[in-house]
Amino acid sequence: MVQANPYRAPATVRKLCQAIAAITTQPWHIMEVCGGQTHSIIKHGLDQLLPPEITLIHGPGCPVCVTSLSFMDRALAIAAQPEVIFCSFGDMLRVPGSQLDLLALKAQGADIRVVYSPLDALTLAQQNPNKQVVFFGVGFETTAPSSALAAYQAKQLQLKNFSLLIAHVRVPPVMQTLLDAPNQQVQGFLGAGHVCAIMGYHEYLPISKRYGIPIVVTGFEPVDILQGLYLCIKQLEAGHHCVENQYSRAVKEQGNTPAQALMQQVFQVVDRNWRGLGKIVDSGLAFRPDYAQWDAEKRFAVSTITTQEPLACRSGEVLQGLLKPAQCLEFATRCTPEHPLGATMVSSEGACAAYYRYRR
Amino acid sequence: MPDFKLNCPLPLQYQHIVMAHGGGGRLMQQLLSTVIRPAFINPILDTQQDSAVLDINGSKLAFTTDSYVIKPLFFAGGDIGKLAVCGTLNDLSMSGAKPLYLSCALIIEEGLAISDLQRIMASMQQAAQQAGVLLVTGDTKVVERGCGDGLYINTAGIGLIAEAVNISPARIQVGDHIIINSDLARHGMTIMLAREGITFDSNLQSDCADVSGLVQTLLVDGLDIHCMRDLTRGGLASGLIELSSTSHHAFDIEESALPIHADVQSACEILGFDPWYIANEGCFVLFVPATQTEQALKLLHQHPLGHQACVIGEVKQTHPQGLVTLQTAMGVSRVLDLLSGEQLPRIC
Repeated sequence: MVQANPYRAPATVRKLCQAIAAITTQPWHIMEVCGGQTHSIIKHGLDQLLPPEITLIHGPGCPVCVTSLSFMDRALAIAAQPEVIFCSFGDMLRVPGSQLDLLALKAQGADIRVVYSPLDALTLAQQNPNKQVVFFGVGFETTAPSSALAAYQAKQLQLKNFSLLIAHVRVPPVMQTLLDAPNQQVQGFLGAGHVCAIMGYHEYLPISKRYGIPIVVTGFEPVDILQGLYLCIKQLEAGHHCVENQYSRAVKEQGNTPAQALMQQVFQVVDRNWRGLGKIVDSGLAFRPDYAQWDAEKRFAVSTITTQEPLACRSGEVLQGLLKPAQCLEFATRCTPEHPLGATMVSSEGACAAYYRYRR
Repeated sequence: MPDFKLNCPLPLQYQHIVMAHGGGGRLMQQLLSTVIRPAFINPILDTQQDSAVLDINGSKLAFTTDSYVIKPLFFAGGDIGKLAVCGTLNDLSMSGAKPLYLSCALIIEEGLAISDLQRIMASMQQAAQQAGVLLVTGDTKVVERGCGDGLYINTAGIGLIAEAVNISPARIQVGDHIIINSDLARHGMTIMLAREGITFDSNLQSDCADVSGLVQTLLVDGLDIHCMRDLTRGGLASGLIELSSTSHHAFDIEESALPIHADVQSACEILGFDPWYIANEGCFVLFVPATQTEQALKLLHQHPLGHQACVIGEVKQTHPQGLVTLQTAMGVSRVLDLLSGEQLPRIC
């Protein structure tokens, strides 16, 4: 039952809100980095429970939202090939490319399947030797290790009919990009708990130091988020800045080292275009040269497909926390989850979709 | 004017049917209201109830049909046959009818094991017998391998509505209590886990059941039920949102009151689903005047399909477009909205 979850206990939530109110003496802008946290905040209405001085800024941590239009068009080009079984996580299916989305392509006869893990796609490849099976590797450091594992196994098996379209992205570079923006307002971060479960949090120490900003690695349940906020505000009020770990039940400082080693072996760090934010140096992962054989971009020669982002969508400003979804003129008028103008409206983790669903 | 092409990728209007058109959400509502209903427009269809209510020589007859396309054909707690009987009986019950007769049309895919078909027919017969209805007409077609998922079943049903019974969204009133008979989302999650091959250390079973006996008990006892809705595709949330919009009333729902099995909750968390949008097959809401809540709960609690019954909310006020608000356990409120289509599993 919902109430049985101690991380959602209303009494604890109330106590934490009182504690936050008690230590807050001035306005603070705090960004939750991860889309899963945004979803939880809006779903449980946590922002409504905070003192008015606290403004939450919804960060760029929704992998569906930040995957560039070019990557969507590449995915669509590959999925349209008759010999291809295209495998993806569920919520990428509704993300619009420049002409259509994967759901519409599926309706036209393309073989597009929802999988829960890239290893399921690998199994499909073994079961369908006459098909080319492609997995769409999307997500932050949280999902990148499973893509790396699938590629590693494909190489061990010398599987010829399996490849991955890798659009994985990294969190620390985008946090720095946001902090470097001229009109940025973020004074503290709730770090993305599940990313840190893989990567640990040593990467955040230099960011906190350089920008003088508190970073609290935080989980996803209401009590986690409020505890994270409490720790962050406590630092801000005291004029401190350091990296703290609220989510210690899942995150260790060094992270999951075997997963990191595997990613290191399979991927290299590259520059990557983000939807709404543009090119961010060192923010992406791509295959190392000795994995080129399993790189779907190369196998299907789609890397030349590049598409400009539309101008009407202001998701970039939303992702930077400069605009609340409801302040966009297109919100809930021309832009809805059925017909999203931009990806922040597509995924349930996207800030616009969360506001549309819970706040109109 | 210069000749330029807007680069905006959307709005994307689907030119072909996508799976989400059948998901019970907003896209499906659009399809019904723009393509399907306009072709047949008439006052009976316009009532948009689970069953059409027909006046034939002074008798009130309920008439409904439903097609069952489920993978896998056999699942924990039932099979496609039991589902095809119970689902149609439940649709009839929601208008207050006592079900009488069913039809059954089978679309069988080449290659289906005859022993499987026998099991399914036996299960249909058992469900019909338990409900005291007869399956009196039918049709059988076979399609080529690859053109169906083993077996599709369509059933239609008719039932009689007692003179005094008047159940429809139009009767929903401010102050009505909203009662649910059972816990949410068991059917949808059982099917999902079976379909995706996700093994889970639980005894999760579909709630697939015929509630017509329970509904008749309530009506025979003289309960003045204003409206009922079974919470199949689209789940509790979609059912309530549709009723709120057709009845032009705002509903307030208490999140902490919603009965959800712990295993269902965990499975939903893992896949990133909201249990309120997941399909049920033996679960319904009823709207009764607050003065009759106690009587309703007492009757429900005496029945095996109603022992978990509880009040989940109330009708707050009239509202032009309808609005369903969820009061969360944290003490804040948020709006429940129709999903576009099916829920899609989240990335992480």
